[in-house]
Amino acid sequence: MSPTSKKSTVVPTRPWAASPKDRALTALSVGLSVLTTVLIVALTPMKGKLAYFFLFFITWFAIDSIFVGRKAGSKGVKDSLAAKVTLFGGVIVSMAVFSILWATISNGVKGLNLAFVTQNMREASLFDPIGKGGILHAILGTLMLIVIAIIFSVPMGILTALYLTEIKGRAAGLIQFLVQAMSGVPSVVAGLFIYAAIILNTPLRSSAFLGGLALTILMVPTVTRTAQEVLNLVPRDLREAGLAMGATQWKTVALVVVPAARSGLITATILGVARIAGETAPLLFTVGVFDSYNFNPFKGDSGTIPTVVWAGLMGGTPESIQRAWSAILVLLVVVLIMFVAARAFGSKQPKR
Amino acid sequence: MSIDAPAKVTPPARKITTKPRVSDQIFRGIVTTFSFSALLILSLIALFLLLKGFATFKSQGLGFITGFEWSVTQDEAGKEVTVFGLQAMLIGTVVISFVALFIAVPLSVLTALFLTFYAPERVKKILVTIVDLMAAFPSILYGLWGFFVLMPMAEYWAKLINKWLGWIYIFDVPQPVFSRSPFIAGIVLAVMIIPIITSVSREVFSQTPLDRIQAAYALGATKWGMIRAVVLPFGAGGVVGGSMLGLGRAFGETVAVYSVLNIVFRTNFQILFTQGGNVASMIIQKWGEAAQSEISALMAAGLVLFILTLIVNFLANYVVTRAVKSGR
Repeated sequence: MSPTSKKSTVVPTRPWAASPKDRALTALSVGLSVLTTVLIVALTPMKGKLAYFFLFFITWFAIDSIFVGRKAGSKGVKDSLAAKVTLFGGVIVSMAVFSILWATISNGVKGLNLAFVTQNMREASLFDPIGKGGILHAILGTLMLIVIAIIFSVPMGILTALYLTEIKGRAAGLIQFLVQAMSGVPSVVAGLFIYAAIILNTPLRSSAFLGGLALTILMVPTVTRTAQEVLNLVPRDLREAGLAMGATQWKTVALVVVPAARSGLITATILGVARIAGETAPLLFTVGVFDSYNFNPFKGDSGTIPTVVWAGLMGGTPESIQRAWSAILVLLVVVLIMFVAARAFGSKQPKR
Repeated sequence: MSIDAPAKVTPPARKITTKPRVSDQIFRGIVTTFSFSALLILSLIALFLLLKGFATFKSQGLGFITGFEWSVTQDEAGKEVTVFGLQAMLIGTVVISFVALFIAVPLSVLTALFLTFYAPERVKKILVTIVDLMAAFPSILYGLWGFFVLMPMAEYWAKLINKWLGWIYIFDVPQPVFSRSPFIAGIVLAVMIIPIITSVSREVFSQTPLDRIQAAYALGATKWGMIRAVVLPFGAGGVVGGSMLGLGRAFGETVAVYSVLNIVFRTNFQILFTQGGNVASMIIQKWGEAAQSEISALMAAGLVLFILTLIVNFLANYVVTRAVKSGR
């Protein structure tokens, strides 16, 4: 708006936007490609979804290139090809995700019923039909593991993040490096470590507590890195205001910085939980497999959702595989809820 | 009416010091102590796996890395004879991981480019959510999906590849059995590492200096010309680093690989054939019926895996940090 006119009446134009003619050409090229694809699939031995998919992209590349080439020359063809190929990459990635989601939901709902989430497997064997037995024991077991892992890893993760953002000591670079390295520790190694360090050396045997310890190793890096990010988002002004008012660093952190980043720290915790909720390998070493309730975290094996899925997959009967799908659906729903919750808390974050 | 002026009390001058208060010292002490937990945990892992695996390292020596065989047998005297060699599994780990990288890196880079430069805002939001969601899927879900959904399809793809490219050694098969092959495990791993490579690449691409982008446009480059001349050279380090992070993840993957792969103790480069293995899934496979001496060997294998992933991760983080820093 120019300073002289009171109210601009000029409607911004977008000369680069697609004109109706361009749109028609695009639609025409897509339509032609679909037609050609169907024809090729019908006439040649290439069959199947895969053939449809690839042939469509190939014919589309070809046909659209002709259209673009007439208008914009060889450089334009390359440009539009690049745009299509990147789209192709994105489509393949999304197809994989939708395939996973669809497989889980369509296979999982078949085995869901009230008994599945309110009973345990004590009375039911792998061969029993769906409807008898459920995974309540595993849901409770997984919750117990998550609580134990939170108790250990959240203080550890947040304090490490505070060191990296507030104190910024001499070792900050090293710690940062180690935390990143720790996020790459294979889950099976975490399980082996707890087995080697505790089960082989102390009278403690596999239990939910040890499983929680193993999961802590996997959860700490996630919590630390996310917490560090959100603590870095807290404006410097807030810290300086706190210090200028005469507060000690401890008071500033406890009363200003951490409360300001609270929802972000909750996000960090949720992301950490989402990271470990489905871990299977460490549980096989540290928690074992159990088919009923065990409320004592320090003694005896516990059932957990991932190990139920694992046992179902290894069981190999149609019923056990059905249970595995349904159990993974329950786990996926839990993970999805946490994922959405993390985003909801995270989007509240930038308080500037 | 007069008010008595309050007696003037001059507080003694406060000593000016840079020494933190006691509360701050305690605070700093606690935070610093906890911040070393990462160091503590990593060294404890190395220490205990070394302690428990020491017997194996001692009895097998270098053969533990280079040997082919993994067996616990009894000789005539009833004495236990153990031979543990990881070579087949180490090679298997590398083979599967490279199949995964071969598939995942192009797809991830394309997706990252699409997200950064081509996607309309709404599509971008959805796709970013999808990629983040992928990272949150539990690995056993990938195993289940890989076994029941991907395997039938991938077997067909493997047959096609074998039919047309069978003259290349790695695509040849001794017998026409295509299920549970390193190829299929590689695809599953590829899907698992796509989110990490995509997000690292996207971060680096989005840090491409705007002035260079605009300079390219001002010189008349098309979008693709700009990407090739500016974005790809600038982001190459990030792509390499992200791929290495993915490689580290692929090295350590256990459950998903175990679900889809037929683990056979033999060095196998023919990726379409139904045998292969990786160290992590071998540990799970042998664990169930492991004898005391074998547990030590499995601990040693865990240590080897741990060190391997640690090295890859260190290198990857170094490359990524450098790539991201150069953009600022």
